[in-house]
Amino acid sequence: MPPYNNAAALRSADAPTPHLPVSEVVVPLPRVTPFYPPSPAPQPVRWRTGRRVLAVFARNPLVLIGATILLLISMVGLLAPLLFPGDPLAIVGQPFLWPGADAAHPFGTDSLGRDLLAGIAHGASISLRVGIAATALGLLIGVSIGAIAGYFGGWTDAILSRLIEIFQTLPNFVMLVVIVAIAQPSVVTLSFAIAIVTWPGVARLSRAEFRSIRARDFVMAARSLGFGPARIILSEILPSALPPLIVTASMMVASAILMESALSFMGLGDPNVVSWGSMIGAGREYLRTAWYMCALPGFAIMLTVLALNLIGDALNEILNPRNNEGPR
Amino acid sequence: MSGHVSPPHRLAPSLLAVDDLRIAFGANEAVRGVSFDVREGETLAIVGESGSGKSVTALSIMSLLPSSARIANGSIRFEGREITGLDAREARKIRGASIGMIFQEPMTCLNPVMTVGDQIAEAVLQHQSISRKAAQARAIELLDLVRIPDPHRRAMDYPHQLSGGMRQRVMIAIAVACGPRLLIADEPTTALDVTIQSQVLDLIDRLRRELSMAVLLITHDLGIVGQWADRVVVMYAGRNVEQGEPGALFANPLHPYTLGLLTASPRLDDSYHYSDGPLNEIPGSIRSIAGERGCTFAPRCAYAGPGCRESIPPLLTLSDGRQVACPVLMQEEHRVASFNY
Repeated sequence: MPPYNNAAALRSADAPTPHLPVSEVVVPLPRVTPFYPPSPAPQPVRWRTGRRVLAVFARNPLVLIGATILLLISMVGLLAPLLFPGDPLAIVGQPFLWPGADAAHPFGTDSLGRDLLAGIAHGASISLRVGIAATALGLLIGVSIGAIAGYFGGWTDAILSRLIEIFQTLPNFVMLVVIVAIAQPSVVTLSFAIAIVTWPGVARLSRAEFRSIRARDFVMAARSLGFGPARIILSEILPSALPPLIVTASMMVASAILMESALSFMGLGDPNVVSWGSMIGAGREYLRTAWYMCALPGFAIMLTVLALNLIGDALNEILNPRNNEGPR
Repeated sequence: MSGHVSPPHRLAPSLLAVDDLRIAFGANEAVRGVSFDVREGETLAIVGESGSGKSVTALSIMSLLPSSARIANGSIRFEGREITGLDAREARKIRGASIGMIFQEPMTCLNPVMTVGDQIAEAVLQHQSISRKAAQARAIELLDLVRIPDPHRRAMDYPHQLSGGMRQRVMIAIAVACGPRLLIADEPTTALDVTIQSQVLDLIDRLRRELSMAVLLITHDLGIVGQWADRVVVMYAGRNVEQGEPGALFANPLHPYTLGLLTASPRLDDSYHYSDGPLNEIPGSIRSIAGERGCTFAPRCAYAGPGCRESIPPLLTLSDGRQVACPVLMQEEHRVASFNY
């Protein structure tokens, strides 16, 4: 057998391939015992929502910041009656005390000598209560109407869609002012009024979701089992329609807080309770001399809305069905 | 493969009788006079190409027609009772309880956000007044019945964690959860692998015998029909053109459309290979329904004569129970000439 030079063969690549002589000796095949590594026992590990939530948090530290801020604000709001007993609207000291000037009033006092820190703490409770109540009510009205319109279609849809459009053509804030001007301003009426102006957006979103999910095969399969409309809407379609609604809800809380603040700023809020908006409203005349009166509650509003927006973004990621496929 | 065991269906009473059913979408008729009956315990296959009205017929039996469609004429009698004019509440009592249905796409027919065990339990709870716990136990039994291994663990799985064949098994478990008398299977294996196909059809056939229900199998696959159906209805453009037992039908098709379908698919026993030459094809498409007055197949038919375009040929019933809506191939000289494929 002539020595076969690899390098030479490479160099003469254009030359015809050398004809290799066929060996006479039959080389026996080595006996190979196939060895398969024992496969690991299947783990009954399921990719649960809890782990996905943790993973999203780990990927996105801003969420953690948002959640922490919101938690702190809620704690302050809840514990305000304990931390700052007494009426936050009571005059407790010298007016126009700048923050840091007096250890007893670390955030200073306003033009009437009311403690700003106590006001912000009590205002947190009002703002969050209005935000959550208004969002809950707005979701209830919006999802119900949107679900009925989207599921049944036809005339029901046409009528309900017109109703939604009528409400959408009214300018939000004017409507809000009118409702609050007619009713006595209180936490309940404020929440109700904010829900009245925010539900059309939710209704449109849920109508679109229900319409598209209703056309999916599993809804037809559910109908083929004799399920009634109520059951299909609540237990078949709603869970699949929830993710965008929950994300919207977090934004709605933020916008409800802003609306409440705006109403209070205009003096249309509940005069008997302190809220962040009413504090800004009270401080606006002294904006040039004592800007801290507006800046501190304004900062609280900004912080809360920011926290809610961060959480909304994270919820969007957690609840997005495209992220539902865990490793498997 | 267990193969199909024929029940004594010749003597069995009729479970579902569809008579001259016409379904209209606006001015267009998708189904233009379909008649067949399903006897207790048998498997009846409806065969036809896309657009022949098979699925719409199935949906009308379930009272699940889309709102744009309506039943223009005809009757559907289930267990001797007319079900076309039922109100929504009455129709819901039949759906799922007496008639179950499985769909083509197991990937999308299960609720993606509910465990399969819960979905089966929900189906049981809809029609039976038992506790949730009992329904969940029943769900695991049903998963076992459709041969899903390890049903206790699988019951807690979400649909995306199952394979296509498993999902179709879950769909079947849901459809038979309440022990229906009739199971409508609308292209149950089209979306599945060939190997899984026969498993699923075997399963349906076994359940048909064990639960003594009838099966209405809707398909475009003639290979399935020969093995699993007791009788075949061939549909074309919203009408049934031929009906008979698969063996007789395949050996001796009496309608040019059936003949065209059979010669359009290769058969192992002819030792035909696709490289030998082109397969026979039926010219045109189902949309070319030009002869509104005459036979709907006439524009595509190789045997069409002038008489075919004048009037719709009636559905003739022959002595052995076969039905055919074409007089042409029953003339002897055509039969001999045509069957040398």
